[in-house]
Order: sequence, then C-alpha cells, then structure tokens
Amino acid sequence: MTAQTGRIAVRPRGRGVGRRVAEGFLYPLGLPFLLLVVWGMASTASENRFFPGPLTIFEAFGDTWVGPAFVDDVLPSLYRLALGITASIVIGIAAGTLIGLFQWLRELLEPLLEFFRAIPPPVLIPVVMLLLGITDTMKVVVIVSGAVWPILLNTIDGVRATDSVMSETADSFRITWWERLWFLVLPAASPRIMAGVRQGLSVALILMVISEMFASSAGLGYRIAYFQRNYLIAEMWSGILLLGLVGVLLAATFGVVERRVLRWYHGIREVNRA
Amino acid sequence: MPDRSMLLRVEHLRKVYGSATGDVEAIGDVSFTMDAGELVCIVGPSGCGKTTLLKCLAGLLRPTSGIVEMDGVPVTGPSPAMAVVFQEYGRSLYPWLTVRGNVELPLRHKRLSREAREKLVTDALDAVGLGHAARSHPWQLSGGMQQRVAIARAVAYQPEVLIMDEPFAAVDAQTRADLEDLVRELHTARGISIVFVTHDIDESVYLGERVLVLSKSPTWVQEDLAIDLPPERDQITTRALLRFTELRTHVYDQIQRAKRGETAAAR
Ligand SMILES: Nc1ncnc2c1ncn2[C@@H]1O[C@H](COP(=O)(O)OP(=O)(O)OP(=O)(O)O)[C@@H](O)[C@H]1O
Ligand SMILES: [Mg+2]
Repeated sequence: MTAQTGRIAVRPRGRGVGRRVAEGFLYPLGLPFLLLVVWGMASTASENRFFPGPLTIFEAFGDTWVGPAFVDDVLPSLYRLALGITASIVIGIAAGTLIGLFQWLRELLEPLLEFFRAIPPPVLIPVVMLLLGITDTMKVVVIVSGAVWPILLNTIDGVRATDSVMSETADSFRITWWERLWFLVLPAASPRIMAGVRQGLSVALILMVISEMFASSAGLGYRIAYFQRNYLIAEMWSGILLLGLVGVLLAATFGVVERRVLRWYHGIREVNRA
Repeated sequence: MPDRSMLLRVEHLRKVYGSATGDVEAIGDVSFTMDAGELVCIVGPSGCGKTTLLKCLAGLLRPTSGIVEMDGVPVTGPSPAMAVVFQEYGRSLYPWLTVRGNVELPLRHKRLSREAREKLVTDALDAVGLGHAARSHPWQLSGGMQQRVAIARAVAYQPEVLIMDEPFAAVDAQTRADLEDLVRELHTARGISIVFVTHDIDESVYLGERVLVLSKSPTWVQEDLAIDLPPERDQITTRALLRFTELRTHVYDQIQRAKRGETAAAR
C-alpha cells in the first residue's frame, strides 16, 4: 500500500520533491507501520499483561512524557547525551590525531589503550560514582568512557593510513604542519572518523540509559527502570519507544552531517560505480 | 637561447633502498648537469630508478651518496623553486578539495596578497585550459583533465624547475598529444626548466632538447643525447622529419642495449 503511494508520487517533473518525500518518509515508514499492525493484532489475541497493544502504549506515551516529565527527565538526559557525544568526538579526534601522527606516542600508549578499551564501561559506573558522586559529570564521564573508543581508534587508523603520494605531494610543495593537518590528514581520515562516530553514537545512547539506571533519581533510563519495577508496563514500553525515537533522530542527524562532510567520498564512490 | 647558467648538478648519485628482504640498489652512479631553461627528458627501462632519481632531485629522498645541487646549493629537502607532477595523478590531487582548492593549496603559505594568489590560480588554470572546471572536484574530471590540474598546481607555484614523472602514462593517445604540446608551450612561453621522465621514446624525442638514457638497475647514464630538432615542434610535421626518425631509432637502440645491460657502443 505504501509502496504504491510512493510510486504515484514519482512524476518526471516533481522528481525533486515528490520522490524525496516518497523515499524519505513513505518507504522507511512502511515496515514500521506493518509491524505495528502485526503487534496490535498479536497483543489483542494475547492474554499476557506484559504485552500491551500499541494503542495503550501510545496513550501512555502521551500521559507519561508530554508534560513535566519532558522537562524533568527527558531534557536532562538528552543534555547529558549531547554533552557526552560532543566530548567523545572532540577527545576522540584530537587524541586520535596526535596518536596517529606520532609513532612514539602510539608505542607508548598502545598497551594502555588496549587495556582500557577492553573494560566494559558499565563496570566503571561504581568507580566513577565513588570519585565524582551521583552527578551529571559522572554520567557524562560514563558516556564518554564508552563512546570515545570507536572514535579514537578509527581516527588513529585513518590518520595513519594517509596516502603516501598525497603526503609526498604535501612535502614537495612544503605545505605547513597545520595546513597538512587541516587539508590532508583530517579529510583523508574523515571516512574512518565518521564510521567511528557512528558507532560511538549508539554506544553513547546505551550508556546514557545505563548511567541513569544506577542510583539515580531522574532521567529517561531512571524512569524506564522505575516503571518496570512498579509494573507500569505500558509506561515502560512508552519509554522504550521514546528511546527508539531518540536513536532514530540521532541517526538521522548524523546522516545529514555525514552526507555534508563526506560529499566527496560518496561522489567518488558514485563515479566509480557508474 | 638566452645565456644559460647551470641549474642542476648531479654527481655520482647513488641510492640504495634498505629493506628487510635485502638492499635494493636503485641508482648506481648517475652524473649529469642541466642548464636553466632546458627541457631534459629522461628515459630508461621500467624499474630502472627514474622515480627514485626524481625524488632525489626534488629533495623528497636522501641519496645514499653523491651530490645533488641546485643553483650551486646542495638540495637537502623540497625546495620552493621546484614543483613535482607525480606519476599517479589520481593519488596526488586531493579529492575533498575543488580543482581551484587543489591549485591554491601550495600557495597558501606563500606571502601573497589574496588578489595575487587568485590571479596565479586563475592564470594557471587558464594556461592548461581548465578555467571552466575550477569549481569541480578532481574525481569529476577525466584522467587527462586531472593531470592538467596537477600541472596547473605546479605552474601556479611558480617554480624554476618543473619535475614530471611519466605524467601521461595513463592517458589516451589524443589527450597525450595535447598534453605534450601543453608542456612544450609552458616551456617556451614561461621559460620554465623541465625534467620530464617518460618510458615513451617518441615522447622523449618530441619533447626534449636533450634526452638522458638510463641503463637498467643499478643505474648510470647510458647516453646523454642532444635533440637537434627545431624548437617549434608540431605533432605532425616534427614527427615526420627524417631526423626525428633517426633520433628515435638511436634512442630505441640505446634502450635495447640498456635492457641487455651493455654499455653504450658509440659514445
Ligand atoms: N621505497 C622503496 N623501497 C624499496 N625499494 C624500492 C622503493 N621504491 C622503489 N624501489 C625499487 O627501486 C627500483 C627503482 O624503482 P623506481 O620506482 O625508481 O623505478 P622507475 O624507473 O620509476 O620504474 P617505473 O618505470 O615502473 O616507474 C625498483 O627495483 C623498485 O623495486
Ligand atoms: Mg616510476
């Protein structure tokens, strides 16, 4: 049904708008819609009270999240998430670039990095909690402690893999250190860096939730855990739905930025495919 | 020709690459000189160390022993008076920059006013016939056009010597002829000295005022041949000259000898 609407929207003249609307909304929304329908039917048939229908959940969604809970729980969570992501990106790229550029630094830090990377970040929560208390800083630190790794490691690899001919070109024209960093090393590493950021985002979202489930008194993760403990099943599901929406929004924002930053990269791939 | 002074002096240049599987002697003992304003072609069998020689000239590689001097000063690193056009143009242009951005990049650290810099870039792009493609990205262009961008970048840098490493090896014959004429024109109109490496014998004779034939590895200069063709060259008439044919036959013979590892018969 959705696919058909999509096809109708594609008219030769309206290609720009019509097709984009179709591909941007209808196609991606088709399958979720179908799932909802299936879910609705299944939950109606089922007697399990932990498995409410979508309509119940939507209702709970409105009651739970629209209103003060949005300001008290959702916004602070999103704020810490944004802070954590920003810090992870800045730290990951800056440190990764330095480590990638200087071999002695790499040799010095490699064992340490391997060790820290191997620690699952949730394990750090009690430690960080002791050090920083149950504060926003602690939660942001937990987010960064997980999300920074994919960004850091991908940046190191990307920076190290700078093409030798491109480097020699920079040498032969006596490009300065900063120009080299800005016009060669970072752009050349940008596909890897963006891949790292993409992984980092999903880790950050997970850790945002987990950091709030321990000894916390507000936040999206705290709310979901609270609902679950008090058998407010529809509310709990609505929280999970909200988390999913945050994830989708995060991915969409990332997609927009990525397309801008890596326009050249996608352009080359398109040319090669043609 | 105007009075020429010595521009480049290479003496007993030797380059050995050290590697885990054993040392590779890429260049044995190469000596030659080049005057300002000359266009010298270097030919030699594949793998004989042409790229290595150019990198030593350009200060990108340190010779194992021997001297490379430019204007009487030893070359210890890349010089602002030299620009290199690399064999792999696809990997030498930066795909994230536009054509204009690529040409402009080496000029950023030169102390130039904005207008002067933009004028250099525009002139260089016009000189290679790419004024219209300034806002494109390199990967949107054909191979021949990409190599033109690399040439424009080198020209805008205003070097005394342009060093070109088999720049046209990967473009089709027609484009290649056009690019050869472009090089001749840059040489005559702008008075740039050019070192041009090629494995194409016809190309070396057509372009050069001198052709250096290198032996196979470990390399020395097998022959240093003056090309006594008229300075105005034309793809059709020049290549039809009897003298052109004689010269190319001669170079061809020398290369065959070089491949077999014989020294020059008649010096
Ligand atoms: N970085 C390197 N390390 C070790 N050996 C090298 C290196 N670069 C080149 N060589 C070796 O040195 C020799 C000369 O290489 P070079 O690239 O200078 O030859 P060339 O004449 O430019 O070849 P081509 O005609 O293929 O361009 C070759 O045997 C090559 O294997
Ligand atoms: Mg070569």
